[in-house]
Amino acid sequence: MELPIYLDNNATTPLDPRVLEAMLPYLTSKFGNAASRNHAFGWVAEEGVDYAREQAAKLIGCTEKEIIFTSGATEADNLGIKGVFEMYSEKGNHIITATTEHKAVLDTCKHLEKAGARVTYLNVKEDGLIDLAELEAAMTEQTILVTIMYGNNEIGVVQPIKEISAIAHKYGALFMTDATQAVGKIPVDVNADGIDLLAFSAHKMYGPKGVGALYVRRKNPRVKVTAQMDGGGHERGMRSGTLNVPGIVGLGKACELCRLEMDEEAKRLSGLRDKLEGALSQMEESYVNGNTQHRLPHVANISFKYVEGEGLMMAMKDLAVSSGSACTSASLEPSYVLKSLGLSDDLAHSSIRFGLGRFTTEEEIDYAIENTRKAVDHLRNLSPLWEMFKEGIDLSKIEWAEH
Amino acid sequence: MEHYTNPRNVGTLNKDSKSVGTGLVGAPECGDVMRLQIEVDENNVITDAKFKTFGCGSAIASSSLATEWLKGKTVDEALTIDNMDIVEELALPPVKIHCSVLAEDAIKSAINDYRVKNGMEPIALPKSHH
Repeated sequence: MELPIYLDNNATTPLDPRVLEAMLPYLTSKFGNAASRNHAFGWVAEEGVDYAREQAAKLIGCTEKEIIFTSGATEADNLGIKGVFEMYSEKGNHIITATTEHKAVLDTCKHLEKAGARVTYLNVKEDGLIDLAELEAAMTEQTILVTIMYGNNEIGVVQPIKEISAIAHKYGALFMTDATQAVGKIPVDVNADGIDLLAFSAHKMYGPKGVGALYVRRKNPRVKVTAQMDGGGHERGMRSGTLNVPGIVGLGKACELCRLEMDEEAKRLSGLRDKLEGALSQMEESYVNGNTQHRLPHVANISFKYVEGEGLMMAMKDLAVSSGSACTSASLEPSYVLKSLGLSDDLAHSSIRFGLGRFTTEEEIDYAIENTRKAVDHLRNLSPLWEMFKEGIDLSKIEWAEH
Repeated sequence: MEHYTNPRNVGTLNKDSKSVGTGLVGAPECGDVMRLQIEVDENNVITDAKFKTFGCGSAIASSSLATEWLKGKTVDEALTIDNMDIVEELALPPVKIHCSVLAEDAIKSAINDYRVKNGMEPIALPKSHH
């Protein structure tokens, strides 16, 4: 077992060697521009792209023509939301999303508010799921788009996508989902799920960084988005720019591997996750964040009360994890996702996200359990809050000096 | 880093003792709580200092260093410890300066607790800088 152990697979995943192998020829001999229609170099590159498009389409149950390659999920989110807002401006200006979305969605919506959009940010329940009745109550005739993420990046909860899309469609709105954390991990089917637009990224599923895709429905209804970049009219005019052929080939291969291995892999990962979570939640005053029924198989988010997340991460020095603690962000605010669940600031500061992946072994999980336990115990011995808690002092009654 | 991995003077002094001053600063919501205690002898010399801190690595290291510096100093000397000395000694990056400020506040707050307990006027604390 090599140290440190990587348990931050929701941030990014390592490239699968089989993906790398598929990509290599497109970085060397097959270097052509996929838009070069008049010679073999271009044809070879285009073939690679076409095949990747098929592989990606198969994973989410759509047709090749519905896949628009982008530089990643952030660009796909931007293109989907801004593109719909501009294309359907005559129909309305109302967009519905949720407070726990990724910044790529939230900040895009904020941007559109300046351009005249009206945006509803739905709160989530304390398990991280949105309230369907609240969604329905928010729908208006002006609503053109509902965009709700598939699986959450911090806590892993999976939203009731079928029900959400049904509500959106009932009121004539399109349904988009940022499925970056879900695609390749759990079954996602754009038709069964009623999805009109879907964003995802290769590097969260053992593909390369810098490439992603936006699915745009072509039938029932035919969805159109306004391009956000002007240029050569690539990707059916929706996303100009020379195609990142090696990246796209890698994305395709990554999709294929996920499709073939998902069932078994999800079982294996949820088994390891449950082992980790079970062991750590047995510790005194530790809490699992988010719904534990409807969620991704590979994420555990746990708060260890009375220790601070960043200090804890430093103490878990052989584990690469992440924390909702403010100290890890530039803003000094703890995770807005955890706060949306109604978690108090101190519990949000005390949270650790463990993200398991394809290359995580049971040996590593055993090590992580030991290492985390020791670190939590060590820091609780240093913590005045732990001491007060043990003495039975009610911390909420203390007047803390504002700072 | 050394003060983080091997913090010195972790522990608790008897807060009810007249010779002990306790400073509790920060707030759990902010992700930092520091408790620093000093024990002072009849010559106004700090004979012992202990801390417990809830916070990031820099907050823990800052309080550990502060307790090391306090021991052997007179109370008046202790008042001259400046947060920037801690920043320099630990090479804290700019985003962690607030940890050193908290340590300075904790020292002053502990001294004031001691002064009040022993019938002295508390010294005026500068308004919180964070």
